[in-house]
Amino acid sequence: MTAYTWLVEPFVQYGFMRRALVASVALAVSTCPIGALLVLRRMTLMGHALSHAVLPGAAIGFLIAGSLSLPLMGIGGLVVGLAIVLLSGWISQTTTLKEDTSFATFYLTSLAFGVLIVSLWGSNIDLLHILFGTILAINASALYTVGGIATVTLVGLALIYRPLVVECFDPGFLRVVNGRGGTYHLLFLLLVVVNLVAGFQTLGTLMAVGMMTIPAATAQLWSRTLPAMMTIAAVLGMVSSWIGLLLSYYVNVASGPTIILTASAMFCVSLLVHPAGIATRRRHRATAAG
Amino acid sequence: MSETAVTLHQVTVAYDGQPALERVSCEIPRGQLTAIAGPNGAGKSTLLKALTGEQRLSGGTIDWHGLDRRDIGYLPQAAAIDRQFPLTVADMVSLGTWRETGAFRGIATASASRAAEALSTVGLSGFERRPIGVLSAGQFQRVLFARLLVQAAPVILLDEPFTAIDARTVRDLLAIIHRWHAEGRTVVAVLHDFDQIRAHFDNTLLLSRQVVHWGRSRIALSADNQRRAREWAEDRDEDSIVDIPARQTV
Repeated sequence: MTAYTWLVEPFVQYGFMRRALVASVALAVSTCPIGALLVLRRMTLMGHALSHAVLPGAAIGFLIAGSLSLPLMGIGGLVVGLAIVLLSGWISQTTTLKEDTSFATFYLTSLAFGVLIVSLWGSNIDLLHILFGTILAINASALYTVGGIATVTLVGLALIYRPLVVECFDPGFLRVVNGRGGTYHLLFLLLVVVNLVAGFQTLGTLMAVGMMTIPAATAQLWSRTLPAMMTIAAVLGMVSSWIGLLLSYYVNVASGPTIILTASAMFCVSLLVHPAGIATRRRHRATAAG
Repeated sequence: MSETAVTLHQVTVAYDGQPALERVSCEIPRGQLTAIAGPNGAGKSTLLKALTGEQRLSGGTIDWHGLDRRDIGYLPQAAAIDRQFPLTVADMVSLGTWRETGAFRGIATASASRAAEALSTVGLSGFERRPIGVLSAGQFQRVLFARLLVQAAPVILLDEPFTAIDARTVRDLLAIIHRWHAEGRTVVAVLHDFDQIRAHFDNTLLLSRQVVHWGRSRIALSADNQRRAREWAEDRDEDSIVDIPARQTV
């Protein structure tokens, strides 16, 4: 078996593999740059919580459609995700609770509801599919949804890029020159939620945030400017999707965890070989000691 | 044109019911250098945030006499900025053109050359392409001053501009403040070094949650006033065991 057949053959042979690849590439192009900002805003765990919080919405959409239907699950997830973002923001402004505390409470409540809904009216297989995704069910409408979300995200990101970036590292300056920092924060959270929704099908609700943050974390090691970080993250996301899909095909395991593990492997390798990484530091220390 | 840049009348700010500023009144004169001084927790930064509009007032009024928020150049405390953010020095300085470009418009060539000129004024020519993460504290403060130079605002608010900055940078940046003064701009700065204030700033607002003294720096920072400011701060600490936490955003 040549490298070509190993790397390309499954996508030539099977329509579902092709659709999965197209969906994953579109997802990587949009979700990884969002992830770069999420990482820089130190909101990785917030994104993680948000991805769990959208579960009941996704579950209701799933039950209405009777199967994994990205548009319906997406709308459900979006509504619940935004409700929780707004609610926890409001709670933190009106009480002494910090935003992360109220957020954690809401997302756990929401996650519990989601699992309950699926276990009451769906099967265990359904629950697994919602949590971990299934590439077999990607159809034309799912592709259009992911493509649509990617398009909206990239255009949206281009439009609010400057205020978003400034709000990220110098919020005081933005508030003085612009006065509307909060609006951009909210728009950004909206983009985070729609991108998590886009990741449901290939990655599942549990893993969607992984595609957002892991390639971005790796990219942060290798870049000195934000555009470079976003580009590297997107490329890493695409490569992990491709390799991950192949591995899940050959080893016959769920696609979501495999893609995420591929991205994690790249992160670990980067940690080891990066100039400021673990291996280099050890070597330096050894030299200094010797 | 009035002689007063901004009038504060009975300005009161409270965090979660705990007052941080009480009934502060003063008229900050236009085109002069004004310092805000006082012990820790006196409400100095809170007052600057109230001036920029970032902090909502619990009582009182602030009258800018026709000036707009966009006429204010604001230097946040260094700690409020994420210095590890992957951004180049040129990007950072170009943000000073916000008044012309806003959130969406492109940066004109003329503005870009203004940024380069500002960088050379603060002694950082050729630093354009460096990431802000590699700069020393002093160099980073020079970059922030370059951004203010590009902004060219009629009113400039500086929150602890010289904290943890090397002496040479302080000297250079003070020269820029004097240049602003010569250009007729109004500068208000939160400062800790009383000798520095006496040497360079016309007026001082000595705060200890309330106004201890407002007037000429030499008088405001008299030994008597300093002692009063300290005593008020000590009384306060005895009254409330609970510290007033700064509001954090996630």
